Amino acid sequence: MKKKNGILSTVYAGLIFLFLYLPIAVIVVFSFNSGRTTSNFESFSFYWYMRLFTTNFEAQAALRNTLILALSTAVITVLLGTLAAVGIDRLRRKFTERIALGANNIPLMSPEIVMGISMMMLFIFGGALFNQQFVLGFSTVLLAHITMCLPYVILSVLPKLRQTDPHLAEAAQDLGCSQVMAFFRVTLPSISTGIASAFLITFTLSLDNFVISRFTAGPFTTLPLHIFGQIRMLVRPDMYALTTLIFVMMFLLLLGSNLLQARAAKRQNKQT
Amino acid sequence: MNKRKLPFGTALLNAPFTLWTVIFILAPLVLVAYFAFTGNDGRFSLQWFEYIFDPARRETYLRMFGDSLLYGALATGISLLLAFPLAHFMAQSKQSVQRVLMLLIMVPMWMNFLIATNAWRYILEHNGLINNLLAGIGLPRLGMINTPGAAILGMVYNFVPFMILPIYTVMARLNVQLVEAAQDLGASRWEVLRRVIVPLSMPGVMSGVIMVFVPSVSVFFINDRLGGVRLIGDVINDRVLNETNLGAAFSLILMLIILVCMLVLNRMGDREKGAFVN
Repeated sequence: MKKKNGILSTVYAGLIFLFLYLPIAVIVVFSFNSGRTTSNFESFSFYWYMRLFTTNFEAQAALRNTLILALSTAVITVLLGTLAAVGIDRLRRKFTERIALGANNIPLMSPEIVMGISMMMLFIFGGALFNQQFVLGFSTVLLAHITMCLPYVILSVLPKLRQTDPHLAEAAQDLGCSQVMAFFRVTLPSISTGIASAFLITFTLSLDNFVISRFTAGPFTTLPLHIFGQIRMLVRPDMYALTTLIFVMMFLLLLGSNLLQARAAKRQNKQT
Repeated sequence: MNKRKLPFGTALLNAPFTLWTVIFILAPLVLVAYFAFTGNDGRFSLQWFEYIFDPARRETYLRMFGDSLLYGALATGISLLLAFPLAHFMAQSKQSVQRVLMLLIMVPMWMNFLIATNAWRYILEHNGLINNLLAGIGLPRLGMINTPGAAILGMVYNFVPFMILPIYTVMARLNVQLVEAAQDLGASRWEVLRRVIVPLSMPGVMSGVIMVFVPSVSVFFINDRLGGVRLIGDVINDRVLNETNLGAAFSLILMLIILVCMLVLNRMGDREKGAFVN
């Protein structure tokens, strides 16, 4: 079939992308507003960007918290998830494997608000067991974010494991590698792209999360929570400036990983 | 005894994940039910459900549950109508273009929804972007903000990528020879669409519908901020931090609503599969 798109469908696609990018354009434009609001553009200025890096200590603290949380979440979840994927991959019986994958699906299928609240109940209940009233904080929000991200790690590592030939690791063992060494020398390199994309997904999911943090973070303030605190009164352009910066960062990250993937795909095509 | 016992190493490898699932996924869900059925005195009680379904409030809350379903269904339906043609367009594009379009769909997903909602408020406001443009060319201003339509727009904006991506993924893998065969056999473009492309895209549509409906029915903030429409998610969000048990009762009701909808969708999916065989 010849691949072709008519003018009409191209216009349609253009309209959808306009819809998706209109608010983003508004955010970027108003981040350069010299005025104090996000609804009345006065003149172009870098004022709010400057303030962000100089005197806006609250936003800086929130950003630092968010980055620490996202990085910790990504590292721990990728370790835990890769281990889990290796474990699930070794389950030889269909039944146990289906249970494991079914359990993995629960967080993906349940709404964020329910996940956030159920985790909050767990922490309150756990706190009550140890006679602690105020348990919510960095460690609870970290646990919640790990739980939220774990399925995504498993879903991106497991397919890579399935693609690798188990005989390779066995061959390495026959040649004198220990089981652990065979994993690190043979299996790990062949699933590394899956692990890398899992890390990226986890980091960005945690960075952007508001709903689950809202119910599990307690006094620990992440950037989305800081924004939520402001949004009820008046959002100042500095939040738009910060959002723009994060947005550009994400875009470059996504673009970079995409280019790498495209190159890897090309190389693979050449080999076969 | 089972002869094919799990090897010790495999069991050990699976232990952390199993433990994590039990503690952080299953136990919390059980605890929601526990808190929902625990009264102020710490004993089993129906007091929170009696509160919700008290004759004085029943009507308000029942309407709110109904609204949540209605808005969720509308947002899902509109997302599907918008996403299907776009996914088709993407799948028809050149390979290199497809990759760029995928990226363009995914990028807005990383936009903080609080900030995006705030920007939409400005776009729709009485003195906002659209109305200023309309006034600029001499047209009357439209009342868009604080309407049900604005609430649905916000929901669609936030969730439509979750509809586009699964449908596109299925369509991109669709066997073009089937389309060619239908064309060779004399099917018109419309017939090809209706009898080949749509049925073969159903798995993508199904997962898209679920991925949009679940967050839509439990949405909060977006609907309230743009449409002034309050849904079950808003009540949970307002109440749960201070009145944990009441919040748990509302959450349990929300979970029940979603579960029932999933079962209905599953039944529909099964019937769809049956239709292919005939």
